[in-house]
Amino acid sequence: MGVGIEVINLNAWYGTNHTLQDINLNMPANHATALIGPSGCGKSTFVRCLNRMHETNPIARATGTVRIGDLDIYNDCKPVEIRRRVGMVFQRPNPFPTMSIYDNVAAGLKLNGYNHRRVLDEIVEKSLKNSALWDEVKDDLKKKSGASLSGGQQQRLCIARALAVDPEVLLMDEPASALDPVSTSKIEDLIFQLKSQYTIVIVTHNMQQAARVAEKTGFFLNGRMVEFDSTHKIFTNPSDKRTEDYITGRFG
Amino acid sequence: MRAGANDLRSKFRALTDGVATGLAILSTVLVVAPLIAIFVYLIYKGASSLNLAFFTQLPKPEGELGGGMANAILGSAILLGLASAIGIPIGIAGGIFLAEFGRGTKLADAIRFTADVLNGVPSIVMGVAIYGLIVKPQSHFIPFSGHFSAFSGGVALGIMMIPTVCRTSEEMLLMVPHAVREAALALGVPNWRSVLSITLKTASPGVITGCMLAFARVAGETAPLLFTALGNQFWSTSLNEPIAALPLQIYIYALSPYDDLHRLAWGGALVLIVLIVVAVSLVRYVTSRGVLKGAN
Amino acid sequence: MNANVPEIHLSQSQFQSDPGAPEGQDGSEGRSPQTDAEVESSAIRKFLLSRGNSAIADRGFQLLMVLCALSIFGIVVLIAVELVKGSRLSWNTIGLDFFYRAFIDPDTKLPMYWDPVNGHFSALPFVYGTLVSSFLALLLAVPLAIGVAVFLTEMCPQALRGPLAFLTELLAAIPSVIYGLWAVFILVPLLREHVNPVLQKLLGWTGLFGADNPTGLGFVAAGVILAVMILPIISSLTREVMSAVPHSQREAVLALGATRWEMIRMGVLRNARIGIVGAIILGLGRALGETMAVTMVIGNTPEISRSLLANGTSMASVIANEYGEATTDLHFSALTEIALALFIVTIIVNALARILVWVVTRGAPARVN
Repeated sequence: MGVGIEVINLNAWYGTNHTLQDINLNMPANHATALIGPSGCGKSTFVRCLNRMHETNPIARATGTVRIGDLDIYNDCKPVEIRRRVGMVFQRPNPFPTMSIYDNVAAGLKLNGYNHRRVLDEIVEKSLKNSALWDEVKDDLKKKSGASLSGGQQQRLCIARALAVDPEVLLMDEPASALDPVSTSKIEDLIFQLKSQYTIVIVTHNMQQAARVAEKTGFFLNGRMVEFDSTHKIFTNPSDKRTEDYITGRFG
Repeated sequence: MRAGANDLRSKFRALTDGVATGLAILSTVLVVAPLIAIFVYLIYKGASSLNLAFFTQLPKPEGELGGGMANAILGSAILLGLASAIGIPIGIAGGIFLAEFGRGTKLADAIRFTADVLNGVPSIVMGVAIYGLIVKPQSHFIPFSGHFSAFSGGVALGIMMIPTVCRTSEEMLLMVPHAVREAALALGVPNWRSVLSITLKTASPGVITGCMLAFARVAGETAPLLFTALGNQFWSTSLNEPIAALPLQIYIYALSPYDDLHRLAWGGALVLIVLIVVAVSLVRYVTSRGVLKGAN
Repeated sequence: MNANVPEIHLSQSQFQSDPGAPEGQDGSEGRSPQTDAEVESSAIRKFLLSRGNSAIADRGFQLLMVLCALSIFGIVVLIAVELVKGSRLSWNTIGLDFFYRAFIDPDTKLPMYWDPVNGHFSALPFVYGTLVSSFLALLLAVPLAIGVAVFLTEMCPQALRGPLAFLTELLAAIPSVIYGLWAVFILVPLLREHVNPVLQKLLGWTGLFGADNPTGLGFVAAGVILAVMILPIISSLTREVMSAVPHSQREAVLALGATRWEMIRMGVLRNARIGIVGAIILGLGRALGETMAVTMVIGNTPEISRSLLANGTSMASVIANEYGEATTDLHFSALTEIALALFIVTIIVNALARILVWVVTRGAPARVN
């Protein structure tokens, strides 16, 4: 089951570049929240702040509070601990190239020391079913490498890998942008179904996609969050003119 | 008038172009042909001395016919085993530091530069240093000290491997796409585990071939062994005694006055060359295919 | 608001509940408490929560990696310390003129430099031998190496390029002792029978090819084999710096109507010349320290002779020959001092070469085997 995410006064810098300014929002549990905005507006940076992945860049810095459930992720625990509770799927599929499909899905557990064979088998199966990949790979779990799948399959593999550690939140940074339309729609269906079990935050360039899968949408512009409301309202009756300009295609 | 001068000038330029091309081709031929000749001669001379006895017997004393270099092959294996045990782990660890922790830092630049410069220091200097460190002193702290020993030879070779392995490992690790590292970190895998089980594993074909290159390089080194391992006419497996090594014995036999020992030297040279050709070819194969099969 | 907001079709089922409503909005998941999957899930979550933050393991790992990387510095320090320690006796006893003094042999009244028996040590012949053999090698190798590099980079048909480059790499990897073997049994007889007499006859007037050396050993032999050994290095590195010259430079010269050679000369070699100098210096560095092949053919006589056909000794070869059997402490120390000099010189030369190559290729690792 998912938890809600609360963001209070989040500011982020890359070096001297003030990438995010005073972000405040509440993302509800077991719902999908979409983040839209033009390139470079900071939505990817924002999402990376939610699992402290921005810290992998030595010149990155963030201040403010992010609460996932009741955990203050910047003060109450270390990045490693957070990332076990918050899963991430990246823009380009990145399965581990030297591992089989099975090992890829189980990686989050095996590399953290979990080795119970039978349980791992079940978790791998469940995760692959949840990411709608099971039927396509169930005969080749240990024979094929993760990298030998098609782009869409690889991305679903990455989703399965993220799901295997049973996170409470799933962050998706433009998960379908590198994929063909068929794979994209498969992924969108997936997100629709996963919502009931996890809290999902999805960054997307594609407004139709946001409209299709998310209940709430936030519009980012130049490092600020301009508007955050139900998806319906954002796309039919936005309060801010800048939002309206963006969704009508005047820029971005 | 002008047309004529231009004509002459362009003829001259065409001539220069032709001469230059000719010289370039000539120098290539001058270089390649004799070197292929060396190879062919080596194979011819060496192959005729390779027989079963070569690989199984000790050299016969004072130029008696027959015998082999089995002790040298065994000795080289032991020395290289010790050298690899020292050079490969430390070298890879150094490469991990340069690629994963020290990227962009001045310290890493300094280490990299020093490693490259070290690779150019004559290996005989390493032999002298190890002689002073291990062979000469009688010390309780230093194992096998006070005399010529296989141990000192192995240490000398091992230390020589470190800079090479370090640099090639670094290069291979840097080729692992950032996305792969991010995927591991985003799963909550601890950094040390991610580096070892994901990054290093992904780069492992390249890292291994880098180690192979370093291995092949020290396999042919003679100078550092001259006064550490010293050489040995008999079987020896002890780290505490002088030991034979293939390049070392080649050197000694080549300078001896006995034809039969010369024959052994050629055989040994062929064995060494085969080892090196295999190593260099493997390296080329792996790096040309792309170190990271399947990773974008 | 603006009526031009495009219609985006939203499925109604999404919005049947507002945030915080109970699950089951899409109708599929049952609400049975604690299904097997959920039991498993919380076990997994519990397990992962219990793993801790591995800060200690990470720190320890990083420390270990740093230490291993620092071992590179340690190696340099080790060598320097051992060499300085060993040379101390010689340095204190003989001093700086170790490198250039000469004695007079009481019997023959000729200059004498290295007499371990009587305790006379001067490194001059070895310095001379190293310099002469190295520069002779450069003289022979550099033009050929650049010719090969030019051919391979600019003129060679694509099909040949791979095998030739492979051959070059192979040649750089052949051990010194094998070159020495070949030199002793092929090169030296060749020089002795055919080349040296010709050199003596044709070029004897220069005074550089005087001495009668029937062995075929000597500076020429050493110079030739060294040239063969350093050629692949100079050639590979030259090729690398030539390839680093951007195509725009070549095109600019060609657009002016230059022939191919002119394009190479002005567009490539001119731009790469710093790097080529670096490659040459690197080759020099290798030649200075080369031990085994040189020892086998240079003749090992601690004398200075103007003739290139005469025997001589290099710094590396005297160490190779005498270090294992040195008798007196002073002898040992003198040899160690030579090693120290060799160490310092090759470090400086190599560092200089690397810097020059780096300037041209801007930090791309110049990996030379």
